Amino acid sequence: MAIWRGLGLVALCAAGAGWFLTAPASLPDGYGATHTPDPEAGQLVFAASGCASCHTAPEAEAAEAPVLAGGLAFPSDFGTFYAPNISSDPAAGIGGWSLPEFARAVTLGVSPGGAHYYPAFPYGSYQNMTDGDVADLYAYMQTLPASDTVSRPHDVGFPFNIRRGLGLWKRAFLPSGFVMPDPDDPVVARGRYLAEGLAHCAECHTPRNAVGALQTDQWMAGAPNPSGKGRIPNITPAALQWSQGDLVEYFTSGFTPDYDSAGGEMAEVIENLSQLPEADREALAAYVAALPPIPSP
Amino acid sequence: MTRLFGLTLAACTVAVAAFAGSHANPALKGAVDARNAQMSMIGYHTGLLGGMAKGDVPYDAATATAAAENLAAAAAMNRAVLWIEGTEQGAVEGSRAKPEIWSDAAGFEEKAMMLEAATAAMVTAAGTDLDALRAAMGDVGASCGACHKAYRGPRN
Repeated sequence: MAIWRGLGLVALCAAGAGWFLTAPASLPDGYGATHTPDPEAGQLVFAASGCASCHTAPEAEAAEAPVLAGGLAFPSDFGTFYAPNISSDPAAGIGGWSLPEFARAVTLGVSPGGAHYYPAFPYGSYQNMTDGDVADLYAYMQTLPASDTVSRPHDVGFPFNIRRGLGLWKRAFLPSGFVMPDPDDPVVARGRYLAEGLAHCAECHTPRNAVGALQTDQWMAGAPNPSGKGRIPNITPAALQWSQGDLVEYFTSGFTPDYDSAGGEMAEVIENLSQLPEADREALAAYVAALPPIPSP
Repeated sequence: MTRLFGLTLAACTVAVAAFAGSHANPALKGAVDARNAQMSMIGYHTGLLGGMAKGDVPYDAATATAAAENLAAAAAMNRAVLWIEGTEQGAVEGSRAKPEIWSDAAGFEEKAMMLEAATAAMVTAAGTDLDALRAAMGDVGASCGACHKAYRGPRN
């Protein structure tokens, strides 16, 4: 009997530890309290972060004030994710959220109700966003139109449909902070913040392991396209030999050095990056040029 | 006009499909090769204009006009015999055409007309002065990007 009691205790401890290890994280009290939100600055954070590219309806054209109704499908090895409504609608969207709730969602991937989000939402990158940028982004998104479109539930099978399990995934696989070591050059540092934090370049340009975690030792070395067709290119200097001027031109007009032009998702990225100040595109180019060269697999 | 174009396109599609039926792959491959050659023509001439726009090459009205005229001609090629059904990415080697080109033919046509309009405007702009050329470059680039975003698949 004693052995069963012992095993029961172990199981209880394991369950307790599991519950603890999968618990959603919280932000420190007073998050963003010292910052005066600036919606105009938030518009640039919004563009750099590419929010509209995923959260506008699939058939929507680019707009001055995008309607973030959601609905775009993201097929993956784990099921199909659907971008939710993050418009300012208080019921269907996120118009009823406080700044701390918004910040917890964006930087920690946790809903106001305490549920983990799937990492199709790139909070692993957004965790690097400064408090001030998050507050500005929040202020800007409040100014965008509301949509009452109800978010479509994700189509994800067992065991990935148990969101609590994502707590363990986050602990085990999310890089904490930046991947590139602190650069001496402030321009590269700004580029690192934009690329690794806001623009979340690695989410597509870095390969993932069997459970969908980014392989940071293959940082930006290219990856299979989740759509199943083609590859997302290696953008480290081992494969991409564009000058920084070429990169800035590409981020501005979408033209490659041989005057091909960006297509697919990258065309949307260009639409976003072209709205940034020239200095930010130069910083991104400096970051890409400073990436450690990693040959394509 | 649109209706007439649609009928012509349908007739051509049937004719080409019949041809493709007897000759299977070569006809489709030929269309894809021709499209890729057309894209090379567009890229080459856009590059001549882009070099001047960026200041890498000094502006010259005659060269710019020649480049813009060829660009506009390449952009305005009749799509009925180039964009034939059955030539999407995966079906024919070398193709990066998305199936949406045929399932959303009106949308594709709209983007193609954007390119025709932008390159026609470039002919005038290129011969005017460098500022006009630079301004016209924006619409050319936007039309390339708009179509590639919606209708071109990823590189293999």
